[in-house]
Amino acid sequence: MSSESHEVHHEGGEHETMTRKKIWKVFFILLAITCVEFVIALVIVPGHPEYLRVANPVYIALTLLKAFYIVAYFMHLKFEKLGLALAIIVPIIFIIGLILVLTNESHHWIDLRG
Amino acid sequence: MSTTVSQIDEVKTTPWSGGRSPFNVEYGKIMMWFFLLSDAFTFSSLLISYGSLRFSASVWPAADKVFQSVPGLLDSGAPLVFVGLMTFILIMSSVTMVLAVEAGHRNAKKEVLWWMVATIIGGFMFLGCQALEWSHLHHEGFWWGSTPALEELGKFFNAGGTDAARHLTAQEFANLFFTITGFHGFHVFTGVIINIIITVNVLRGTYEKRGSYLMVEKVGLYWHFVDLVWVFVFTFFYLV
Repeated sequence: MSSESHEVHHEGGEHETMTRKKIWKVFFILLAITCVEFVIALVIVPGHPEYLRVANPVYIALTLLKAFYIVAYFMHLKFEKLGLALAIIVPIIFIIGLILVLTNESHHWIDLRG
Repeated sequence: MSTTVSQIDEVKTTPWSGGRSPFNVEYGKIMMWFFLLSDAFTFSSLLISYGSLRFSASVWPAADKVFQSVPGLLDSGAPLVFVGLMTFILIMSSVTMVLAVEAGHRNAKKEVLWWMVATIIGGFMFLGCQALEWSHLHHEGFWWGSTPALEELGKFFNAGGTDAARHLTAQEFANLFFTITGFHGFHVFTGVIINIIITVNVLRGTYEKRGSYLMVEKVGLYWHFVDLVWVFVFTFFYLV
């Protein structure tokens, strides 16, 4: 058997994971995504209301992308053990379930409202 | 007496068998993560109820018509500008927070202190903007349980929909907007309070004595979560 003496955690042991350079890089990515959202909302959609059906999924995709950068880099989850990342991410499936159930339900409500 | 340990009594060293923490993070940090997961469920239920009410409505107040003022500067004609500023402030304060965490890894007390102060200032700026936004909407007639008068309601909608439908959805919009941004603002407020407590501890040298700035990381997680929720609130109230 291995006789390794493993520390349960070593505080501040995550060097080289988030340097100042990387922090600013993530900031500019978040800023750029937000700017793209503004361009869509203020420039592209106003002239073409028919684009709205395409714009909404694009907004949601960009939002999820921003969420990924915040959780992975700012909240450091990308550099944690896989077990911890899964323990946090997998339960999010329940949220998807609620979205599916309630959006489906709301299509019935709109018929009831007439 | 034998000194050899039978195999079953040997201390296990692998993760998941009790030898060491499989997550390799400190207890408080795991608990913060699980608290944030539960908070994510709370915010999701609020946002999903908003979504389902909105899906079930034939008309809905148009975001670029409701939110087109810069309080104190412009009364109309500037959709998304003010909320863009709020978003920028919150992302910026998230950045100063990670910079505080990064300085903590180097045990640089002074840097941690100044980045924490910057984060707190960002939090207060965001809360101030939100107060202006709320008072502007309240001034226009939106509040829990009240909407602008029916004849003024038209300017908040794109074409279509009966007066009754407009009145109903404007009310739903107002209730949901103040509830959800209020709940988020409450989180920002508690985040600022917690950040102030941690900053005082940094100043008093509590973490310097402890030899680690792990507490800064834990409140940092909470602060980033507040930013994360705003990303969703921003999309679903102001863009979609």
